[in-house]
Amino acid sequence: MTLNTWIDLVYLLAAIGFILALKGLSSPKHARNGNLLGAAAAAVAIGFTFAYPEVRAHTLNLVLTLVAMAIGAAIAVPAARMVKMTAMPQMVAIFNGVGGGAAALISIVVFLLEAPGKPAVYRIAEVLFGVLVGSVSFSGSAIAFAKLQELMTGRPITYPAQQAINAVVGVTIVALAVGTLVTGNVPLLVATAVLSLVLGVIFVLPIGGADVPVLISLLNSFTGLAVAASGFTLNNNLLIIAGTLVGASGILLTRMMSKAMGRSLANVLFSAFGSVVTAAGGADGSAESRPVKAGTPEDIGVLLAYARKVVIIPGYGLAVAQAQHTARELADLLMERGVEVFYAIHPVAGRMPGHMNVLLAEANVPYDELKEMDEANPEMSTADVALVIGANDTVNPAAKNTPGSPIYGMPIINADDAENIVFLKRSMRPGFAGIDNELLFDEKTTLLFGDAKDTLAKLVAAVKDA
Amino acid sequence: MSTGILEFLTIFVLAALVGNEVIGRVPSILHTPLMSGSNAIHGIVLVGAILVMGSASGAMQVTLAFLAVLLATLNIVGGFVVTDRMLEMFKPKPVERAPKASDASGDDATGSPK
Repeated sequence: MTLNTWIDLVYLLAAIGFILALKGLSSPKHARNGNLLGAAAAAVAIGFTFAYPEVRAHTLNLVLTLVAMAIGAAIAVPAARMVKMTAMPQMVAIFNGVGGGAAALISIVVFLLEAPGKPAVYRIAEVLFGVLVGSVSFSGSAIAFAKLQELMTGRPITYPAQQAINAVVGVTIVALAVGTLVTGNVPLLVATAVLSLVLGVIFVLPIGGADVPVLISLLNSFTGLAVAASGFTLNNNLLIIAGTLVGASGILLTRMMSKAMGRSLANVLFSAFGSVVTAAGGADGSAESRPVKAGTPEDIGVLLAYARKVVIIPGYGLAVAQAQHTARELADLLMERGVEVFYAIHPVAGRMPGHMNVLLAEANVPYDELKEMDEANPEMSTADVALVIGANDTVNPAAKNTPGSPIYGMPIINADDAENIVFLKRSMRPGFAGIDNELLFDEKTTLLFGDAKDTLAKLVAAVKDA
Repeated sequence: MSTGILEFLTIFVLAALVGNEVIGRVPSILHTPLMSGSNAIHGIVLVGAILVMGSASGAMQVTLAFLAVLLATLNIVGGFVVTDRMLEMFKPKPVERAPKASDASGDDATGSPK
């Protein structure tokens, strides 16, 4: 067998490894091994790529490759290790975006290599697809990162003539792409790439912060497709298979995620268009001057200690305050007193689907105390206290009652059905979606302001005294 | 030439079908790790970047290829490491609950990192 056949065989094994990795990642039992298998498959495939004579043809290029890989690894490993659990989503966004950028660059370089020889139309089409989708994924992920990192507002950003501007950009991209296809002209391709970057930005701007996780999943799928396109331009089976796998499973995952939020994907992506008024509604401070009932830790401690059933509804605030251990301490204490306690987990609690489960697992909260939203909601009306820790949008009744609200239609945990509602909050600031929560002003509601970890510690002390 | 593209198209279609089948029903706790894991998998674009760098010539092409290798490495290395960190939180067995009050509070005090 020739060297190339051997490499192709290794690539085939790596492709199987990726398929098994994806399969493993979709079950809790095998997830970690699945990921390790994927990493091993990738490492072997990359290693064998250096066996290609053309990769080693120019020493300078080979050295540069190794230098770039060393720099990349030196940045990525500490970044991925040090990032806080709460900041995971934006980390994924960044790693996804750079992948899309890499795919776009590869397509451009291949085009530069082939352009003098007037490549066939289908070759140019492959390049165009990689450049367009890869660029959109790159700039879109960058904006998603900025939204999650709160470098910019998490609200949907809308501006006048938004749809018209989008249409102009879209049509121009199509025209440029057709021009590139016909002429094989390099500047036209570069212009397409630049405008695709713009498209990624204007595509993501109107998507609200709470929906960004679904968006990242979609962009992840896009990057997969861009990688598949690079595979076509390079005639490389492994890239086609891996990219397509991610592209196809990513679309499916994206749809599952938006379903978990009770919305269609189209609604998630395009709902902000034409809703300038609604989206801006929560921005003014008028609601903040309304009276709310604030309690002391002692009052609430007694309320909890003598309750029969307490439902803890954790949210991003709990994660930010790193209060998951203290929350567990409080839950354990209550259970020892004979109070029935469980955690009600909204599918998108935190910043990404499943984020909260990860955080609570870190605090060793047993699985059987975690209830998913559909399981928890029927029990809410029998709960004496709904203890909402740093959550807001996921219990906001506006999702049920206020058509036109940006979160209308999202399923929520029915904290409002409980006999008493206690909010542990840092401030009256609205949640990530940027809308006010009527529940805060409900007469059944008591608020306890402060850092979730501090207030929980005070509650633990109060329950012990009660 | 046209048979070549047809072969790749075949692979593409089959891979798309597999991608659709393989993940099936995913519990929502695994949505984030699955997204992150598949994000790492498309980091294999690094193979393409290495290949392109091999044939790049001239400052422009080499610079672009260098960037491609760098970005792809970030994707693949960061992707797998981040996913592993997420997944190490899923312990195989739920932790046994301490039966007595004093034990439990003692456990918690030592168990929670300050």
